[in-house]
Amino acid sequence: MADLHFLANPARFRRFSQRVLPALSIVTALALAIGLYWGLVVAPPDYQQGDTVRIMFLHVPTASLAMGGYLLLAALGASLLVWRHPLAALMARATAPVGATYAAVCLITGSLWGRPMWGTYWVWDARLTSFLLLFFLYLGHIALSRAYDDSERGDRAAAILAIVGAINVPIIKFSVDWWNTLHQPASIMRMGGPSIDPSLLWPLFWMMGALALLFVTLVLLRTETEIDRRRLEIAENQD
Amino acid sequence: MTPKRKMTPKRKRLWLLIGSLCVLGAAAALVLSALSDNIVFFYSPSQLAEKHVPPERRFRLGGLVEEGSVRKEGSEVRFRITDLNRSLEVVYRGILPDLFREGQGVIAEGALDRDGVFMAREVLAKHDEKYMPPEVAKALKESGRWQEGEGTKK
Repeated sequence: MADLHFLANPARFRRFSQRVLPALSIVTALALAIGLYWGLVVAPPDYQQGDTVRIMFLHVPTASLAMGGYLLLAALGASLLVWRHPLAALMARATAPVGATYAAVCLITGSLWGRPMWGTYWVWDARLTSFLLLFFLYLGHIALSRAYDDSERGDRAAAILAIVGAINVPIIKFSVDWWNTLHQPASIMRMGGPSIDPSLLWPLFWMMGALALLFVTLVLLRTETEIDRRRLEIAENQD
Repeated sequence: MTPKRKMTPKRKRLWLLIGSLCVLGAAAALVLSALSDNIVFFYSPSQLAEKHVPPERRFRLGGLVEEGSVRKEGSEVRFRITDLNRSLEVVYRGILPDLFREGQGVIAEGALDRDGVFMAREVLAKHDEKYMPPEVAKALKESGRWQEGEGTKK
């Protein structure tokens, strides 16, 4: 039966996720609390930006994770289109809004950082524009996956968008090297190692880990919901 | 000759995906390289010298604020933007960003006047990718291991 095959993996996934979620949530909350205290209170100010540099602890991790999340979305899209993995579509639906939120947080914090340091909330340089496109790609994915009455068609259309849009991720990463931009070049993943002092770099890494945990927690939780929702849909269709 | 593996539907879909990704990637690379002149956010004084931008055409000029070139006359600021090769006189009336100072990277938007002076409408500060606490910056400067591109704040 097709339905049994469909539920086999998601059901196992759901049991696994229900087992890890409570502990994961607690670890995430602790990690975030420590990271925020480290970044906002303990870490020193920057020599030229002063305390404004603390925006980095939210801005940089959300940027990386929004980009990483999109690559995950593309991988899920590929595993849906190529291998027809039943869980992939549900997880993609769960991931897109979380990624969109991270991208939005990155754009908002970046804007608030840009105003005092650069003198502007927004410019249309290659880095900012390509990142805005990432945000729109997430929104497009959310809209497209819900645009059809037949949710499987929506899943497939959104999967194609996710894969095509993944081209934008390396463009974001290298935009600051390929073109001259107002945004400064990479500080962490660059030739010659990070250009951030360890006293600022370690809390940044910590926040990166904490926000990654939050990302995983939210995606697991949302995937569970999607599995339940899809089950209800199937049950309704059988009536 | 080794016998050919049968193309299962999965395999076919995988190759189709890889193939379309390659085509897409190539297309994106072509478009971006064709557009690269337009994606450039600002011109340096040297690039400007090669371009011959006509007066009154709006564009952005980027570089460092030349040491010792900043003069304030009332609400008007005059300074030179340099790329350490060529430099250009800039006039600006308005509020400067906090990071603006001699030696700092800036991007000015505006147009050249008839005399080749850049009349800026907006001046933005561009900072580099280095972050460190003030004590570290001080120690590095004193030991001469790091030359600050941008003078310390005030």
